[in-house]
Amino acid sequence: MDATTAIPARRAPGRSLHRFANPGRFLRLAARVQPFLTWPALLLTAAGLLGGLFLSPADYQQGDAVRIMYVHVPAAWLASSGYAALAAASFVSIVWRHPLADLAAAEIGPVGAAVTALCLATGSLWGRPMWGAWWVWDARLTSVLVLFFLYIGHTMLVRAFDDPERGYRAGAILALIGAVDLPIIKYSVNWWNTLHQPASITLTGAPTISGSLLWPLGLSTLGITLGFWAIVVARLRAAVMERRIRGLLSARAAAA
Amino acid sequence: MTHLPYVIGSYMLFARLALGLVVSTSLRLRLAARRLRAIDPRAQDLP
Repeated sequence: MDATTAIPARRAPGRSLHRFANPGRFLRLAARVQPFLTWPALLLTAAGLLGGLFLSPADYQQGDAVRIMYVHVPAAWLASSGYAALAAASFVSIVWRHPLADLAAAEIGPVGAAVTALCLATGSLWGRPMWGAWWVWDARLTSVLVLFFLYIGHTMLVRAFDDPERGYRAGAILALIGAVDLPIIKYSVNWWNTLHQPASITLTGAPTISGSLLWPLGLSTLGITLGFWAIVVARLRAAVMERRIRGLLSARAAAA
Repeated sequence: MTHLPYVIGSYMLFARLALGLVVSTSLRLRLAARRLRAIDPRAQDLP
């Protein structure tokens, strides 16, 4: 049998992803997707936060402090899921050398750092009236602080090299190693005796919080998640354009 | 004792952060699109 005929016909996943490596195609697709992220994000976030402030009841134990949940929980969810996306983009970058995966990882980093900072700050504002302390070296809080440093480290590392490719490679390795923090964050409240409460909403069981508190939380989580991705997609569009500008300027300089 | 100052502080932090991200991203996107069009007129079809 000829060696070339032995190649399986099935396309590798990386091959189909490379259709979007064309900057023009990606920019057209991203511009079409953008309004479907931005406008629902604004509406759902406004509905969730206003509902949480004015329509949902105060908690019988925590009082009004429970309303911090409508900002804190979406920020915490996005801190972890954003890093999972960053690690996935880094994996695609290392395995398939997809040019957009490098840019996606680089653009998720600063937005992820911002939501993780928001999670830590709102957690601190919630902790002060509930625990009597702005900060405790609890396993959940400490592992989220480590996540914040991972985001900051990744953001700085990818921009630390004159050759962007080396920066992307180093950042991808850091992101994949740092992904070990995600299960630690998730299970820290089960593995250790923490001040931070265990999860109230799980995939396997019914939520342990009242429906009157749950609906604004669902709306704000969905809205802020869409907003996170709207910002990441917009930053990615800008990054693709900037890369194309650098390429055109380099080609002109070489031709001159 | 009311906890409202902590709640308002949280919402203001969120608003400040969201506004900062939206404004900086929007400016960066517009600037990149304008520079690209200036360098490459064929990029007119790009958003």
